[in-house]
Amino acid sequence: MNSKSRVAERVRNLPFSGIRKFFDIVAQRKDVISLGVGEPDFDTPWTVREAAVYSLERGATHYTSNRGDPGLRQAIARYVARQFGEEYDWKTEILVTVGVSEAIDIALRTIINPGDEVIYHEPCFVSYRPSIILAGGVPVCVETRREDEFRLTRPMLEKAVTPKTRALMLNFPCNPTGAVLARKDVEEISNFCIQHDLLLLTDEIYAELTYDSQHISFVSIPGMKERTIFMHGMSKAWAMTGFRIGYACAPADISENMMKLHQYAIMSAPTTGQKAAAEALERGDAAVAAMRAEYNRRRNYLIAAFNEMGVQCHTPAGAFYAFPYIGDLGISAEDFAMRFLEEKGVAVVPGDAFGKSGAGFLRCAYATSMDNIREAMRRMAEFVAQLRA
Amino acid sequence: MSELLNILKQNARTSVEDIAKMTRSTPDAVRAQIAEYEKNGTIRGYRTLVHEDHMDEDRVTAVIEVKVQPEREGGFDRLARRISGFPEVVNTHLMSGKYDLLLFVEGKNLREVGRFVSERLATLDGVLSTGTHFMLKTYKQDGVLMDGERTDNRLPVSP
Repeated sequence: MNSKSRVAERVRNLPFSGIRKFFDIVAQRKDVISLGVGEPDFDTPWTVREAAVYSLERGATHYTSNRGDPGLRQAIARYVARQFGEEYDWKTEILVTVGVSEAIDIALRTIINPGDEVIYHEPCFVSYRPSIILAGGVPVCVETRREDEFRLTRPMLEKAVTPKTRALMLNFPCNPTGAVLARKDVEEISNFCIQHDLLLLTDEIYAELTYDSQHISFVSIPGMKERTIFMHGMSKAWAMTGFRIGYACAPADISENMMKLHQYAIMSAPTTGQKAAAEALERGDAAVAAMRAEYNRRRNYLIAAFNEMGVQCHTPAGAFYAFPYIGDLGISAEDFAMRFLEEKGVAVVPGDAFGKSGAGFLRCAYATSMDNIREAMRRMAEFVAQLRA
Repeated sequence: MSELLNILKQNARTSVEDIAKMTRSTPDAVRAQIAEYEKNGTIRGYRTLVHEDHMDEDRVTAVIEVKVQPEREGGFDRLARRISGFPEVVNTHLMSGKYDLLLFVEGKNLREVGRFVSERLATLDGVLSTGTHFMLKTYKQDGVLMDGERTDNRLPVSP
């Protein structure tokens, strides 16, 4: 058996994440200021960590129910109701997963028959396209554009829909663009789903991190709950990436079938993480608000700094990423990122890592200290001036 | 609280240019607002948070509970102000509960603080009793953890 044939074709043909490649390069260097990190720089709020330690002391180290600890599922139901305005039955409609990543994977595998088309938007999180392919679906990409501030609109979707379209998969607020949807967009996209009888997979992991307006969830739109798989998790707003806790809220028939996949592949999400997540949902609001306020200051600073150096950047209204355009500087995003790293010691991620339409853009995460941001922007101004000279 | 005060309370050395960027304002507007806060007494000063272990000089801090006789006119205020006037007293708070005033008193050593309490504080008219506790170690001060270092354990690039 030669080594190539040991790996199944559909896996072999799957590209490595563009982020992974860049990570390997950055990891070899020391003293890099990184704007490449897609996770909060804040420590997990102490009340959450303390609850995790307490659960260990009490011996909560066994499997939980496949669906997730009942206490956590009830906390999720309460949180989703008060925050997003939709009631879910914790016994039949909520499933605790290993991050939103698992939720996306099993949601797609649950609803897709071979050849079904799934519409998604690029630039987007790196796992969307591969997850659709691995589930046997056909990914249909809709490109969002800078002139729309990377919002997705109904006319874009109308061009992509076919009789084979099964579902629409969204992520707003968006990694990597920081885009959010206006109420009008959410309503029109909901109507689009209803009229074409599509399922909606909505990854709202950054829901708490919006700065100029309140987040509007798809589950709050009448008629959407029955066709929506709502996915959320603790990683971003509560700074709990390492706890690996996400969840999916879906109609009972979909949820129980997602549960089958989850049960066979995972058993149950990490118990310590589940205990910590319940604490975060019940008593984490103040900590989330404090982190959001700090992200907002950094975001404002970044935008002002880009303006000062003449780099175009739409105002990212959510998540913790700015997505400046450097395509007019006569250099590709990848070359910019490589040279910026080598010459100035600052890591940013080339936009093409998030899809072809990200070419010419950089993802700059502001989940790092104000001091780092200030210094990174000083060096970027220097570097941009060099490129223009 | 205003965003400007939030930022300055976190780091009083943040420049007006940076504050302007962080709050979508202008340096002139920030400067004017700070001047206004200083003038109306909202901002009382700017201090540096120093780790005592890194300082050469010896210093002790005592926390002192004081029971006092409130006065018919003025309540606790007159005596609290009088006690606060001593340079050894760094904080004075009126408390609910078993005692009335809580003081933070600093001195070079136990003896110096002891003398202040027995000779100056306890002998004031209106002071009924005092209870002195010496501080042994500071773990957290003004919201900042004072022992241990914080490290960034994150990968340098992640999705």
